[in-house]
This record gives sequence, structure tokens and C-alpha cells, in this order.
Amino acid sequence: MMSEQLLNVKNLTLQFKTDEGLITAVDDVSFDLAPGEVMGLVGESGSGKSVTAKALMLLNPGNAVYSPESSISFTANGVTVEVFDLKSAKELMLVRGGAVSMIFQEPMASFAPAITIGVQMVEQLVLHKNISVKEAKEISIEMLNHVGISEAAKRFDQYAFELSGGMRQRAMIAMALSTKPKLLIADEPTTALDVTIQAQVLDLMSDLVKEFGMGIIFITHDLAVVAQTADKVAVMYLGKIVEQGPVREVIKNPKHPYTKGLINALPQLDDIDAPLEAIPGDIPSPLDRPVGCVFNTRCPEMISGRCDVDSPKRLSVGHDHSVSCFVAEEQSS
Amino acid sequence: MNDQAQNNIISTKNLSVSFPLGKTFFGPKLFVKAVSNITLDIPRGSFFGLVGESGSGKTTFGRALLKAAPVSNGHVEYHDEEVSYNLNDITKEELKDYRKRMQLIFQDPYAALSPRMTVRDILAEPIELMGLTSSREETDEKVREIAAKCRLNLEHLRRFPHAFSGGQRQRISIARALISNPKFIVADESVAALDVSIQADVLNLLKSMQKEMGLTYLFISHDLSVIAHICDQVAVMYLGQLVETAPTHELFAGPKHPYTKALLSAIPSLDPDDDSKAQRLEGEIPSPASPPPGCKFHTRCPFATDICKKDEPQLDYLSVTHTVACHHWKDLETSNT
Repeated sequence: MMSEQLLNVKNLTLQFKTDEGLITAVDDVSFDLAPGEVMGLVGESGSGKSVTAKALMLLNPGNAVYSPESSISFTANGVTVEVFDLKSAKELMLVRGGAVSMIFQEPMASFAPAITIGVQMVEQLVLHKNISVKEAKEISIEMLNHVGISEAAKRFDQYAFELSGGMRQRAMIAMALSTKPKLLIADEPTTALDVTIQAQVLDLMSDLVKEFGMGIIFITHDLAVVAQTADKVAVMYLGKIVEQGPVREVIKNPKHPYTKGLINALPQLDDIDAPLEAIPGDIPSPLDRPVGCVFNTRCPEMISGRCDVDSPKRLSVGHDHSVSCFVAEEQSS
Repeated sequence: MNDQAQNNIISTKNLSVSFPLGKTFFGPKLFVKAVSNITLDIPRGSFFGLVGESGSGKTTFGRALLKAAPVSNGHVEYHDEEVSYNLNDITKEELKDYRKRMQLIFQDPYAALSPRMTVRDILAEPIELMGLTSSREETDEKVREIAAKCRLNLEHLRRFPHAFSGGQRQRISIARALISNPKFIVADESVAALDVSIQADVLNLLKSMQKEMGLTYLFISHDLSVIAHICDQVAVMYLGQLVETAPTHELFAGPKHPYTKALLSAIPSLDPDDDSKAQRLEGEIPSPASPPPGCKFHTRCPFATDICKKDEPQLDYLSVTHTVACHHWKDLETSNT
């Protein structure tokens, strides 16, 4: 069973050393991902989504301290690699750009502005795939074609600023997938796009998953985007996964007050007269993480004396569905 | 007619805004028509939504109402309980007064606030500049009052913007816009940069301030689901033109223009089982520098015919408040039912 997984993350804890002290950015996060599976990673800004994703490739800055219990392992073609055992930058290339590709929110910032898109695509292919420039160019143009960019051969010689936002994101996806990664990390890939273009890019991504069979970690703050693209979802708050499970389960039957809050805050079209319910307050600064459950300062169902003292354990509430919450614990027992 | 006009805080007639593109050596001067021929009434006390993709001219239209964009044609009239202005022949003194009556809230709360000013100074600046207070005590009094309304506490006033989260900063921007007691607010993508949980909070704040201060909003957004929840009337723009305007409920119950329908179906649903891909739009919005002839939408419209490529559709009135600019909306109605 376990060997089927592409990615296994166990007890990942990550702190940043800063002048103000140690900041916990990721707190005891565990999840796994099978090939061809799409996992949504949802949470507000500052919840640690991007840091978690970057940790998979050890891409966080030098002041990051990983706890000794942390483990990240990739399994492909029967071989398992523990990321923390990779020491040199050369070894890390196995995951960075090799097994894992990443696309970002702002495609304008991810392409170098003074180098043509083609040169950038060829460069990374040659680096990772051990092929000639000519072959790399052919693969790149074919990939651009594949993601629905018209006149791919012409676009290959253009600069990022010559493309529209949607086109740029498509080119970004083409570049990320050209090395045939096992895992694609998509960090808010559609947040900067118009809804019409977002719909196109989401359609494209789900087609590509079917075709290439890679796993995707889809980072977003919009649960509706997750509902339309992911198979399973992990909800993060202040570095902790507070609830995770199959998408349908979590959205139709949310157990954690934070998940419920996120769902209620989302404007939906089925009932446009329903009032929008905000989650009260702001996400606390990571410098003063609340004692006990991380969400207790904003939680409408907070049990005082319990939630603000102890940290809730992960509790299974269904098939693959788990939640860390005292209120849910009481309801299920 | 006149009576009705008095109920509209803003009325535009055939409003067009063009930006020069530079000129060719001997050839004619080139222009981008960012907004063309918009006739729109914004009723006093309404929460008026303006929706469209990037590049549709929403922001330029909003700025034209504030006389912050070069109007090339048509006119804008402003009426409130006290004054009426026609922006075409407004004097310098009147313009000063006009700008006290309207304010703009921007999209990016990180860029809109000066990093070198304390929140107190950020809030006090507009009223000091407009000469609305006579003493420092009076200014401080007003600052505290608006800060409380926007749920900022006294301790916040001494801090600098970098110490605040996105939602708090947007509340500061709102407080700054409201401190001069304006009548009309242009909120340009004011929640687009915020997390959903914070977005709901800011929207609720805008709504409650409307009740309290009797404001009229022009709420510019690319997100129809946000507009659905907060606005009472909606105008849909595409490439500088209005394609449909209607009261919110009417628009969402029965959108008429193919573009409106496409925008609606592009919104991701929270229901994982809902996989309607019925009306996905192909392609992207054309450049406003070389708009297609005829109906501007025909290059992406699944129902376009020859007439759409030649003739520009006129606004059709379904009712006094519901208009649509499409050659085929009636045929589409009957073919659907």
C-alpha cells in the first residue's frame, strides 16, 4: 500500500531563525500523495502553504531549521529517495527540477525578462535531461503546442512580456512539464488571472494530469478552485494541517471550524442573498503563536480551558478524513 | 426626465476615453479607445457593480468619473442633495469641491499606503489637505472617530502600515477614503488581493458604512460572485463598451448577453460534483488598440453570425433598468426554452 505513494511527508516541522527568535512556519505536517493524484493545499496567507511546498525541495532560505523527526521521501520506479539524505546541490537536482517542477502565481516574475522563453525552456531541459539543444528545442515547441499556445514556433523566440497573462501561465506550465516531472507544485497558479482565463487554465491542468499521470500539489486560498480540481485537500492554518481528506468529504462534511469558516466566507452563486460570514479577526503573527490549538483565538466554538491549553491530536473521522480539533473530538465520541 | 435624473448621483452620456498611442511619422495620430460610448446612470444610494475582464476599461471608466482620465467625448453629470456639476465645464474651485465628495479605494493595500507615514497621519492627510478641520484636536477627533468605525483601535494609529495584515490595511484605506465624508466611492478591485476569509469581512464593512453614511458605491471587480453578493445593480463591460446592465437579481436569474453567461459559467463552484463546462470562453480579450469591427465580442462568441462581424449592436431595453447589446439575445432566449 505504502509503496504506491509517490510522496510521503512525515512529521515535517520547520522553523526559521530570525532576530526575533525561532518562528515556527510548519508544524508537524504529514501527508502523502499517489501518482496522478491532485492535492489541494488551502489556507490564508501566512498559513505556511508555500513554505511547506518549498520544503519538499529544500528550497527554503538558509535560516530554516528542520526538526530531526522530519521526513520527506519520493518513490518512483521502485526507488525511494529521502530528501534529507541528499546533501550537495548536485544530488538535490534529483528532486529540484528533476522529480519535481514548480509553477508560480506571477508568471511575469518567474520568466527572466531579458531572455526569450525558448532559451529558458531549452536551458532547463538540457540541464536535467542530458539531451542536445536541438532535441530540447523540439520538445519545447511541442510542449508549447500541447498547452494550447498558437504559433508555438514563433512564441518560442518571444519574451515573456510579449505574451498575455494567460499565455504566460500556459508557457510556464509547458516549461514545468517538459522535463516530465513526477510531481508538479502549483503555487496559486490562477490567482492573478481573470475568471475566464482561470477556467481555461484549470481545464488544461486537469487534462494534463490525466495524460501525464503526475501528482500535483495545488496551493490556493480558494476552496472552490480546489473543489473543481483536486482529489483530496489539506487545510492549513498557522503551519498546521487542521483537516485533511477527500475533497468531496471535506467540503460537504467539514469538521474543523476553520474549514467551515472558509466555506461560509466564499461567495456562492446558488444563494446570492445569503450573508457573507467572515472569519473574525486576523491570522496571528507567527511570532506569537497561540498556546493550545492554533485556531483558538478566532474559533467561534472555542472551549476555554481546553482549546487554549492543549493542542488537539489528529483524529480520524472517516475514510482518509482526519481533523485536529477538540470540538470535533467531543462530537465524534 | 429631470426628476429621474436628480435621483442619479452619476449620469454619463456617450462617455468615451481615449489615450494617445504616439503617432506615425506622417500618418494620423493613433488612439486607444479605452472606454467608448457609455451611457449609464448610477442611482443615489446604490451599490453599483461594474464587472469585466482585465483590459475591459472598468478602471478607466471609474477614473473618468473622478475626472482623472482624459474624456474625449460625451459628458458626466453629478448630482447630490446639495450640488450638481457637469464635469465638462467644471471650474477649478468646483473641481476641488467635487473631489471632496468622491473618493477612490484601490486594489492593492500594500501599494496604496505610504510606508513612511503612521496610520494617524495617513488618515489625517486628506482632511488636512481639504481644509476640513481647523485644529489638530479636531483632526485627531475625526481620525479616532473613523478609525473606530473601521475597527482600528487607538494603538493602531501610532503604527506604520508594514505592521498590518492585508485585511487591516484595506480597512485603513477605507477609513482614509471615508474620513472626508464623501458621497460617492469608486472601489476599484478592493477585495481582489485579499484572502476569502478577509474578503467577506471587508465587504461587510463597506456595506455597513454605506448604511451609516448614506454612500453610493461604484464597485469595480472581475469577480461576479462577489458582485452577486454585495451589489444591487450590475453593469458588464467588454472592450470599453457596456454589454449588459441589470438589477443584480435579474442578471443572475437570467443573463441575456453571451459574455455575461460565459463570465457566470467560468466561476468555479464549491460543489465538486458540478463539472459544467457548458460555456467556457475560448481565447482572450483582443487588444483595445485594434478592436474587432462590429460587435466587439464576436471573435469569442459561440453564437456570432455575419451581422455580428459588420454591425455594432445597439443597447436594447428589456425594461427601464435591464439593457443588453447583442444582435441575437432574443433568438438565444427562444432557442434555450
